[in-house]
This record gives sequence, C-alpha cells and structure tokens, in this order.
Amino acid sequence: MRINVTSVFVDDQDKALDFYTRVLGFQKKNDIPAGEHRWLTVVSPEAPDAVELLLEPDEHPAAGPFKRALVADGIPFTSFAVDDVNAEHARMVAEGVEFTQPPTEMGPVTTAVFDDTCGNLIQIASMAG
Amino acid sequence: MTGESLTGNHLVAYAAAVDDVFRALADPTRRILIDELAERDDQTLFELCTRVIMRHGLEVSRQAVAKHLDVLERAGLVETHRDGRFRRHTLNREPLRAAWQDWLRAHVDHPDHRDPARPAAPSDPSEATRQVKE
Repeated sequence: MRINVTSVFVDDQDKALDFYTRVLGFQKKNDIPAGEHRWLTVVSPEAPDAVELLLEPDEHPAAGPFKRALVADGIPFTSFAVDDVNAEHARMVAEGVEFTQPPTEMGPVTTAVFDDTCGNLIQIASMAG
Repeated sequence: MTGESLTGNHLVAYAAAVDDVFRALADPTRRILIDELAERDDQTLFELCTRVIMRHGLEVSRQAVAKHLDVLERAGLVETHRDGRFRRHTLNREPLRAAWQDWLRAHVDHPDHRDPARPAAPSDPSEATRQVKE
C-alpha cells in the first residue's frame, strides 16, 4: 500500500486549476470526467511522479461549515514544502495572493499561511537557515 | 448623592479591572501569548498556537490557548475582531499601562527603591568611554 494522492476541497475546479497551476506553479496531471465533476489532479514540476494533489469538489453539505471553521481560526488545510518561504511569499504577494500569516520563524522552520481562493488556507514551510 | 455613587461604582469597576489584569498575567502561558502578540497585530488562533508550541515548546492544546485568550480578552488585554472570514487577535497595551501608572509605578519609583537596572553613573568617565568603544 502506498500514498499516491491527497486532496483539498475546492469550491470551483476551474478556478482551483488556475490558482494551483498559474499561481502556485503546479502542473495538471490527470483530468478525467467523473459525473458532473472531474478527477482533477496536479503535481509539482519538481516531482512529477510523486504524490498527486486532487482538487476535489466541496459540494458535500458538511464541507462548507468545516472549511469555514478552519479558516476562521487561521488553520491551514495542508502544507507544502518550499526552499525559501520569504522568497516564495514575496513572489506570491506580487501575484496578488493574500496571506493570513507572513513568513514567521517557528523554531526550526519558517512558515507562512495563504488563502488559496477556493475556501482553504495553505501553509508553506522551509527549514530555517 | 448620584455623584458619590458614580464615583463608588467607578472605583469598584476600576478595582475589578485591575484584578482581572493581574489575574490574567498570573499565568506563564498567557504572558507568552502577550509576548508573541506584541510582535505582530492581527494574529489568528492558529498562528498563536504555532508560536506557543514551536517557539516555546509548550504542550498545549488549541482549546487551551483559546481559553487563555478568552481570559486575556476579558481583562481587556486582547482584542478579537472579525476580518472577513478570519478571526484575529491584537494586543491592547492600555490595561498594562493603567496597571503600571495606577499602581506599579508608585512602588518602583519610590525613593527608597534602588533599581539595579539603572546603576549610578560610572565614577570614572574614561571607563565609560572605553566600554562604549568596545
């Protein structure tokens, strides 16, 4: 058994694909019609054969309240690794991304938290130094 | 009569407020939260939890941090506001200033009190100059 996919609940798959590819820099891997939605995944160009991120529709009635409660407390749904949080933050702010937490040294890691425009907060983290 | 009772109520309210401030400060986790809030306004609960856990190594739940923030908020030391979809926390220094001005300062500034943080001026001026150069 191995982990090949993980997911984020998004409010709109087209909007999510645009944000996760154009702004975050991921690449589309799978785009397969599945009922009224799609099995839509992206991967990092740095690791195209690694774990895929599924952009999963959040239409289940429980998903909305769940996402809103996490967002209200500033809790990221997931976390991505970057080489340099400060550089990534500067690049993304220039792209118009809203951060709820600017880069902050948190012990051995530096983290920042941004809004993915699809109803989630996402953390980026790099090892300090 | 009315004036007197207003004054009395004011004093009672003041005493209760000062009690709340000192009670809020009488906990190390809450003092750490104040230190962390002093660095940046408008922090989310998540950011504060991460700071307390990652920077100070405290084994504390999110729920416990939220309760500590409630105590600080009731004492007027933290203001929570809704910013769109986010709930943010900001330090209010006013109750600290009031506690200092209305009570602490009188004792710290007492003429009999020698403040070790502010020693008398060095007797040898060349010694002071040498230290500055180093």
